[in-house]
Order: sequence, then C-alpha cells, then structure tokens
Amino acid sequence: MINIKYFLKGFGSVKGVDSPALALGCSFIAIGAMLKNLGFTIQESIFSTFLTYALPGSLVMADSLLVGASLMNIFLAVWLVNARLYPMTIALFPLMMDKSHSKWKYYLSCHFIAVSAWLIMKNNYKSIERKYRIDFWIGLGCATWSIAIIATTLGFFAANHLNKDMIIGLAIVNPVYFMCMMIGAMKTLQITLAVILGVVFGFLFYFVSPEWSILFGGFSAGSIAFFIGELNVK
Amino acid sequence: MSNNILLAILVTSLATYLSRFLGVISSEKIKETSKIFRWFNCLAYSTLAALITRIMIFPVGTLSGADHLSRIVVVTISLFIFFISKRNLVYPTALSVFLLAILNNVF
Repeated sequence: MINIKYFLKGFGSVKGVDSPALALGCSFIAIGAMLKNLGFTIQESIFSTFLTYALPGSLVMADSLLVGASLMNIFLAVWLVNARLYPMTIALFPLMMDKSHSKWKYYLSCHFIAVSAWLIMKNNYKSIERKYRIDFWIGLGCATWSIAIIATTLGFFAANHLNKDMIIGLAIVNPVYFMCMMIGAMKTLQITLAVILGVVFGFLFYFVSPEWSILFGGFSAGSIAFFIGELNVK
Repeated sequence: MSNNILLAILVTSLATYLSRFLGVISSEKIKETSKIFRWFNCLAYSTLAALITRIMIFPVGTLSGADHLSRIVVVTISLFIFFISKRNLVYPTALSVFLLAILNNVF
C-alpha cells in the first residue's frame, strides 16, 4: 500500500518557485507540437509520452521515423540515448529501498526516473524517513508524469497557433534548466568533476561516434571523477 | 492509430523501460555506503552532463532549427543570469524561451 501522506507530499513537491514544472511543461509542449507536425494523432502523442516519458528518447524516435529507420534501429538509437537511466536508477533506488515494501513498487515506479524527478529526489531524500521515501517518490513521479502528459496535449493543440520560433524557444528550456540544476548539484569534488568532465567528454566523443558519445563520454568522465574523488578522500 | 507509429512508440518505451528496470534489479544488491554506489552516482551525473551537451550542441528535432551561435548566446546569458540572481532557476529558464525565439527570428 502507498502511504497517502507521503504520496501527497511528493506530488506537491513540484509546486514552488524552483519547481521543474515550468521547464518540464515547456519541453513537452514543444514535443506535442513536434509530434503533431510529424503526423501523429492526439492519441498517439499522449500514448508516446505516457509510455516513454523520456524527452531525448522521444526526440530520437521522431527523428528516426522521419528518416524511415527500422524498428531495430529505433530500439538501438533510443536505448543508447536513454542508457543514462541505468546509472541514474542505481544512483537513486538504493536510497529508497526498504524491506517493508513489495518489489513491485520499485519495478513500476522506476518508470518515473527522469532528470527532473531524479534531481528533486536526490536533493530531498535525506529529509524523508527511509520507509516512506518510495511513497514520496511515487507521488513526485505521478506529478511530473502528469505535467508531461498534459503539456504534450497542450502542445499538440497549440501547434497551429505557435510560430516556429516560439516552438524552438520552448525546446531550449529543458537543457537550460537541467544545466542550472546540475551546477546547483556540484557540491562535492566528485560531482563537480563528473559534471565538468561529462560536458567535455560528451562533446569530444561525439566526433568519434555520435551514437555512443553519451555512453562513452559519460562512462569515462564519471569513472575519472570517481577515482580522483576517492584519492582525494584518502 | 497507424501501425508504424504505434510500433515505434512501443519499441521506444521498451528500450527506455529496459534501462530503468535493469537499474532497479542492480540496485537490490548495492548498498548506499559502498564504493560502487558512489561510482554509479558519478556516472549518473556525467552521463547527464554528456546528454545535455549533446542536446545543446548537436541537437535533433525542434532545437536543431536554431543555429549554433544563437544557442550558445542563449545558454551563456542564461548561465550569467543564473549566477547573478543567486542561483534562481526561474529567471534564466523563462528568459531563454523568449531570447532564443527572438534571436531565431532576427537571424
């Protein structure tokens, strides 16, 4: 069972001045408008955000559909760009796991792993008793997921009324917001190095292999940051 | 729904959920005080940074409609606003929409 008090606390945590709701909403408005322009119906657009709920993956899918890629190619391209969700899950779920909960809670709620909810949870988990962290997370995930679905719907219907420049403007909100949040999270040597090296290596590896640049760049940057951080502690 | 689009959505969601699900399975054996947890924490932040770099510099989809210079100017000004507003998140993100829309329209 879900503890309603902590669920609502998590759901309400997207309110406030520093909430990701605005950035998340703007990005999915842009996605909704883009899917409409690609020929998706409203049902397909909502279904896409409902099931995928990962912005870069949706962009890659749309791009792949445009060039007529096969389903296997779409799977690989999306998997590569969304593989970051694996380390993100491992960096968060051990903080929320408690023996009193059914495993199904974790298997289902991992669908909510996305940058916005992840960063909020990483910033707040210490203030929540361990036993209730998963309920807070489910509330938070439901809130960000709902925002994404509603914004996709709004974007779909607003597509005819928004000019091209405005849609492009909306698309930059998410990366700008995430960049600011990442800089805010740079509180230890390891995290600071991980972010800075991630930017540098992500850029450099693109020239080696665009498809693998996020994985290779992230893996090498994160590993170097970890080792330097560990040596520094010793 | 068109079959092609429906299948593409299903394949996309499967590829996305796979990383999340495998992450939960692996998490069951990892303690938050362990070195491997700290390593994955670094990997999570670095892959995110690499992803944001790719979205900003080598975008696909809507953002690719804006040229490099416009995006760099918008990001630089947004970061400047972020720092001078004592790390407020609303001003830089709200400003970035209008700034990029205007720059894209002018250039």
